[in-house]
Amino acid sequence: MIPSDRGDSVTEQTSRAPETVVRRPRLRGAHEEAYLEVSDLKVQFPTADGAVYAVAGLSYSLPLRRTLAIVGESGSGKSVSSMAVLGLHDARTARISGSIKVGGKQVVGMSERDLRNYRGADAAMIFQDPQSSLHPYFTVGNQIIESYRAHTSASKRKAKERAIDMLGRVGIPNPRRRVDNYPHEFSGGMRQRAMIAMALVNDPKLLIADEPTTALDVTVQAQILDLIAEMQRDVGSAVVFITHDLGVVAEIADDILVMYAGNAVEYGPVDKILGQPQHPYTWGLLESIPALTGEPQPLHPIPGSPPSLLAVPSGCAFHPRCEFRSVVPDDLCVTLHPDLLPRTADQSRATRCHLRDPDRIFQAEILPRLP
Amino acid sequence: MLLYIVRRVVSAISVVIVTLVVSFALFFLAPTDPAGVICGARCTPERLADIRASLDLDRPPVEQIGLYMKGIVVGRDYSAGGVTRHCSAPCLGYSYTLSQPVTTLIAQALPITLSIIVGGATIYFWVGVLSGTIAAQRRASPLDRITVSTSLLVNSVPYFVVALLVALYATFLPTSEYHPFLKNPFLWASGLLAAWLTLGLTNAASYTRYSRASMIEALGQDFIRTARSKGISERRVVYRHGVRAALTPVVTILGLDIAYQLTNALFTESIFGLPGIGVLTLRAFRLYDLPVLMGGVLVGAVVLVLMNLIVDVAYTFLDPRVRLG
Repeated sequence: MIPSDRGDSVTEQTSRAPETVVRRPRLRGAHEEAYLEVSDLKVQFPTADGAVYAVAGLSYSLPLRRTLAIVGESGSGKSVSSMAVLGLHDARTARISGSIKVGGKQVVGMSERDLRNYRGADAAMIFQDPQSSLHPYFTVGNQIIESYRAHTSASKRKAKERAIDMLGRVGIPNPRRRVDNYPHEFSGGMRQRAMIAMALVNDPKLLIADEPTTALDVTVQAQILDLIAEMQRDVGSAVVFITHDLGVVAEIADDILVMYAGNAVEYGPVDKILGQPQHPYTWGLLESIPALTGEPQPLHPIPGSPPSLLAVPSGCAFHPRCEFRSVVPDDLCVTLHPDLLPRTADQSRATRCHLRDPDRIFQAEILPRLP
Repeated sequence: MLLYIVRRVVSAISVVIVTLVVSFALFFLAPTDPAGVICGARCTPERLADIRASLDLDRPPVEQIGLYMKGIVVGRDYSAGGVTRHCSAPCLGYSYTLSQPVTTLIAQALPITLSIIVGGATIYFWVGVLSGTIAAQRRASPLDRITVSTSLLVNSVPYFVVALLVALYATFLPTSEYHPFLKNPFLWASGLLAAWLTLGLTNAASYTRYSRASMIEALGQDFIRTARSKGISERRVVYRHGVRAALTPVVTILGLDIAYQLTNALFTESIFGLPGIGVLTLRAFRLYDLPVLMGGVLVGAVVLVLMNLIVDVAYTFLDPRVRLG
């Protein structure tokens, strides 16, 4: 009844020495072509209480070999927007508008047949909880083989060889034997490795990782992050990394997109956004990270809770929770919805905020508070 | 695995023995004297004593149970009115009203009942799973609503009413009669068709709802989303990934249901004139033919215990997470 977890995790750690991939954020070339281009994406769910805009006009772009981290609280629309990129929303329950271009293909409004060819081949997804995301009644090998054979004409034997090869590449020890195991015979970290093997079996150029380390042990998290980065180098894909862990973002991302109430509030290269954030919501996120060193400090959560998407506040959606609202004249935060614009001379980043001098406020008021 | 099965068989046998002892006690120690019933209206004390002796009713109850058990293992002789009849093992007693060993009677009736139940179950299981899956896939659509309300409607009509209506109106179906399967499978099937359809379609209603609920749950699982993200056809997502996950609980219900269908079989058998266990037991009850009644109870217990065992073993094949040691 009880899967033998202990033996597995020991081999897992010894087989892959926890190497730390030192990864410097790649600077974006001026003419680097975007592989994923999302513009004015809206995802709307009709409910009994009225339409809910889970994503309200999101735009971003991502070239190959680059990693974008999408950060935000639950319900900010980060998962919903990424599911839309893979065309996973049920057309009967979700209304999607705007444009999602992946390698030149328009995903919004794609036919069921084209979607089938696109999903898993051009773009693949790693889900949050590998325990529930793998089918409990099929062997790990079978599930990888199914993905492979959906997009190639490989024979069963060839596909199985490919599955064994993939399991080896993601660091599963003894893949030839493990390929016939069921998911419950794998440890949590190995399951996520198998999930990654399954997602990458067709060398997709776009990989979406939806909180892939949230359900894992802290000790395994770093290994999985390394693995995703390593596989990204091998395949040369663009990676969208959904997370609410800013520590993870600093480690893996080139770009960062902070989402609030279905839209981007801050977007730009990771060193700039984390080094000199300009949006009060991003400040709140940074402040809410508990300090691991020094005197134990009380936690600093962002006051209030994310708005209900049925009743998004007027003006700036963040204004009820924003402590700098009074700095902006004329009650602008309550009356006018700000645009996502560069707030300073730096054109590579944009912020959705009415504050005139965010850099000064950050230096003067926020920085001293950070641990 | 083997050890597990052996252990389960041993516990199954003990359950059957306990059932046997309890029902023996209930029947044979009841205030009605079976010998008196057999003896009839023109009974003489000598004849009564003779019958009592032949049924061993003059011995203490514990010894009677012992003799009954011994009969199951090695067989038994009955002598009444100077005639001795041998009842070979496994002997479940001798029916005086039918002048035959109970074992023979059961051996004639059980295949009929099992044929009805297994054939009916095959129909209602597959019809139920298929329509439940189709309804779950199109949840909240008009088709789904029609399926659910039809199944509720069918469920709320008493089973014997449906059986009677089929018997009265579905005259285009072949006449109900029993032919042994081994002699002529075609005649076997056509003779049982009406009973199968009745049992199958009425129970399919419940199975539609079980499967629909189970399927809706399965289709909401994360691994279904994973399957969709792989780029396989929606049909494959539903019928391979979904049905595989939804089937396990339905199979569990089916296993136990088949055992309980022995009760419903009484209606099916009486209405369609098929002399199975239900008819045999009911007749024995009216005539107070205790050995036959005991035999009926025993068959019921054995089938129930056996189906439980089969379900548990089947589970290890259906769900790889259930490992037995």
